[in-house]
Amino acid sequence: MSLALKLTGLTKDFPVGKRLLGPPRAVVHAVQPVTLDVETGETLGIVGESGCGKSTLARMLVGLLPPTEGAIEIEGEALNAANPAEFGKKIQYVFQDPLSSLNPRKTIRQIMDAPLKNLHGMAAPARRKRIAQIFAAVNLREEFLDRYPHEFSGGQAQRIGIARALAAEARILILDEPVSALDVSVQAQVLNLLADLKTEFGLTYLFITHDLAVVEAVSDRIAVLYFGALVELGPAERIFNAPRHPYTKLLADSAPVVGRDLSAPEGKETELPDPLNPPPGCSFAARCPRATERCRAEVPVLEDKGSGVAAACFHPLEG
Amino acid sequence: MSAFLKLLARNQLALAGLIVMGIVVVLALLTPLLPLADPDVTNTPARFTPPFSEGAWLGTDHLGRDLLSRLMWGTRLSLAVGFAAATIAATLGAAIGIISGFYGGRVDNIIMRFVDVLMAFPYILLALAIVAALGPGLMNALIAVAAVNIPFFARNIRGITVGIAHKEFVDAARLAGLSDAKIILTEILPNVLPVIVIAMSTTVGWMILETAGLSFLGLGSQPPQADLGSMLGEARNALITNPHTSIVPGVMILIIVMAINLLGDGVRDALDPRLKSGALNRPLPATLVARPAGYTAPAPDGEAVLQLAGLETQFHVGRRTYRAVGGVDLQISPGECVGLIGESGSGKSVTALSIMGLVASPPGKITGGSVFYKGQDLVGAPYERLRSLRGRRVAYIFQDPLATLHPLYTVGDQLIEAVRCHRNVPKSEARAHAIELLRAVRIPNAADRVDSYPHELSGGMRQRVGIAMALANDPEVIIADEPTTALDVTVQAQILTLLDDLRRDRGLAILFITHDFGVVAQLCDRVAVMYAGRIVEDGTVDDILAAPAHPYTKRLMACVPELGGGRRRLEAIPGLPPVVDNLPDGCAFADRCDKARDACRQGTIPLDPLGATRRVRCIDPELQEASA
Ligand SMILES: Nc1ncnc2c1ncn2[C@@H]1O[C@H](COP(=O)(O)OP(=O)(O)OP(=O)(O)O)[C@@H](O)[C@H]1O
Ligand code: SF4
Ligand code: SF4
Ligand SMILES: [Mg+2]
Repeated sequence: MSLALKLTGLTKDFPVGKRLLGPPRAVVHAVQPVTLDVETGETLGIVGESGCGKSTLARMLVGLLPPTEGAIEIEGEALNAANPAEFGKKIQYVFQDPLSSLNPRKTIRQIMDAPLKNLHGMAAPARRKRIAQIFAAVNLREEFLDRYPHEFSGGQAQRIGIARALAAEARILILDEPVSALDVSVQAQVLNLLADLKTEFGLTYLFITHDLAVVEAVSDRIAVLYFGALVELGPAERIFNAPRHPYTKLLADSAPVVGRDLSAPEGKETELPDPLNPPPGCSFAARCPRATERCRAEVPVLEDKGSGVAAACFHPLEG
Repeated sequence: MSAFLKLLARNQLALAGLIVMGIVVVLALLTPLLPLADPDVTNTPARFTPPFSEGAWLGTDHLGRDLLSRLMWGTRLSLAVGFAAATIAATLGAAIGIISGFYGGRVDNIIMRFVDVLMAFPYILLALAIVAALGPGLMNALIAVAAVNIPFFARNIRGITVGIAHKEFVDAARLAGLSDAKIILTEILPNVLPVIVIAMSTTVGWMILETAGLSFLGLGSQPPQADLGSMLGEARNALITNPHTSIVPGVMILIIVMAINLLGDGVRDALDPRLKSGALNRPLPATLVARPAGYTAPAPDGEAVLQLAGLETQFHVGRRTYRAVGGVDLQISPGECVGLIGESGSGKSVTALSIMGLVASPPGKITGGSVFYKGQDLVGAPYERLRSLRGRRVAYIFQDPLATLHPLYTVGDQLIEAVRCHRNVPKSEARAHAIELLRAVRIPNAADRVDSYPHELSGGMRQRVGIAMALANDPEVIIADEPTTALDVTVQAQILTLLDDLRRDRGLAILFITHDFGVVAQLCDRVAVMYAGRIVEDGTVDDILAAPAHPYTKRLMACVPELGGGRRRLEAIPGLPPVVDNLPDGCAFADRCDKARDACRQGTIPLDPLGATRRVRCIDPELQEASA
């Protein structure tokens, strides 16, 4: 199996309270060192709650944000963020808000032309042919090409966003909450389309979402992020059924599921960590029922806990 | 474009400005072709000829030059200089603003500090300084006026650019391999152009005035060349003896500046998108009611605290009528939680807002049915009655908490206000109660957070404040419109538990709007499924989730993945929900239903009982009476 993506110690810090000159007042560790391999043809789900660093991680992978530290290898080559025309052919991004990812003042054809022209230098007739192929693949009619984005529903706009990513001929797609803005009946249409495209073009997906049920339905493996750090990584069928990390368990227990009684799996008094003033040890310690002295002093690292699951925890659950 | 002109024409002052300005511009353009005297030929014997004299309609000036001719040529020159200055200022200012806003960071910081410093000087002083440095002359005056206006454009355009540069389509363009220069030219510029035009149309009047000011002081156009400012300047000495020499150019300046400013304001308003949707027409305090003549309300149900009976709400937009709510029956008893589920646009929110007459009017109108609060019809009730119930007996929680929070007051002040508005308690007690409410909705560190402003809280925290506001007066009914949709699952679980406790402890009745079956299953006793403005199925949550009877309910449930279901393909429903301005006869779901037949597309399909507790709007439900 070849590797589609290899992340080594990928880190992103954001300065806050910038000053005109001199160092910033404080630093937020948006993504703490992430080391991760993604195999070609795999769908890796990334889940986590708002502000946990999902999008920051994703934006680094496509070169929209420079990492503070660490390295990204795409299909064996280091990502060269200085040259979008190079990596754009390998890795592309599908955005959460389908409408705001389309320039309101351009026709769909102009939007679709951009990657073909700038990344592949295609001439007009070749572009026309390629766009027709892609539109057929994503079930869009060609007559849409001369319209403007505001004329489309969310589901159609998201198909256009996917078509644009495919036009670049990238084989790795970062899907950042691709269906969160869509209605459930349309969401299923788009998820099925993504599954079909994956088989047809041999794609690799990084599927980012906060919806546990969706991520479980589409992924081979799932990575759980908490407070900028990878806390658990394992096969999709195990991760929520037999969580090892207490945070994964909390997530799984909080998801509303038909047939399970309502109960807050967590006490009312727990406090979320403050990004400007992170706790010294495990960032989950304040909310964790299993926390000990060690957890509050030392930061746990992600390590193998058997049966293909890795977790960053000193006292993992039985699973 | 034609819509824009129509909006502009609706503003009569702007229209007048447009017409006056059009005439002035046409005259200025035609000046060289008109049979006018030479404006610069002096004829001292005929100096100060009064207006309306033979051969000089507007008289002559102190050198005997024809004032009409000088006025026309002067206007031409003043307009040209004003427009040129505006164009230069707009181009350079916009370029600076776009670069500053697009690159951000240090570049932005340094440029904007510099702009701030420039803007701190009085305009005319700065312009004088520039002309003093460059020497007098019309060209230099133009440069000075353009220069002092650049910061204004830079600042405005930067603000707009920052907003656009963070849009996802700019990221997408980058990933499509576009260079920064191309992104600025093809992605950013087309989106800021309308703003540049608006800014120009509102400032060109001032620039004409400023140029005139410099010429008046003798720093602009040099004799004998006439512009409006220099004509005024030269007439200054004869102001008392021969006022017409001052009045002629003065009136022209007044006309031009007034016309341009009226037009500019009109352009700005017409391009404001809020105007197009009619949002600036102040909405009425309560939704308009237009029930058919002779409407008689049905007898209310005794048990329900809130009951909707045949509620119909429509939107009249242009020639279209959107039947957003097409006859909804629903009832909620104390302590009960009823779920209202459906896809986007199915009419859930409009139903909820109609209850307390909160649908914006115009364009909304309640066109039928009743809403009973404890047996009393609220549709058509006096506004005072609705107001006394709103927030006190019936409280709302919205998906977007910013809609309920005022950005300029701390959350504590707003909670205290909400508490004291209906109950007469001392401020300190209200504050303690506010902190208690914040704690109840699990705001970390409530005692400190009570003094935060809404923008200092995260989205999840703002939503919890919104819920605290709704709870402030111990309401009997809470109408919650997707209150947890934007929240994380762990926070959602907390809030659902909180609502559940409230209804069990205090007998609160809850109407919970959502599109998540999991949430309905956990929180609600009964559920109503909405499609295209109508309820297509309702009954107890247990029954419906175990065996949905309407094909839409069944397929909607099937296309939502469920946790623990493993990896699988979803059962998508083909097509889209119908638009409610042109609903077909019969079943609105027919186009997407694989059981549809001719009978489904005729008449109105009633919401028929199925078994003891359930109702279904379908001629061929998924399960029959016996098994229900
Ligand atoms: N101010 C308005 N002017 C015109 N039409 C409107 C207005 N507000 C709502 N509508 C229309 O009324 C219908 C019902 O809208 P509503 O907001 O109730 O849907 P919803 O079920 O709450 O959807 P969502 O899940 O997206 O919140 C839609 O067709 C909508 O376009
Ligand atoms: S390391 Fe300790 S505090 Fe952190 S999750 Fe594991 S048990 Fe809980
Ligand atoms: S009435 Fe007919 S079209 Fe409508 S849901 Fe029932 S079977 Fe389908
Ligand atoms: Mg709604």
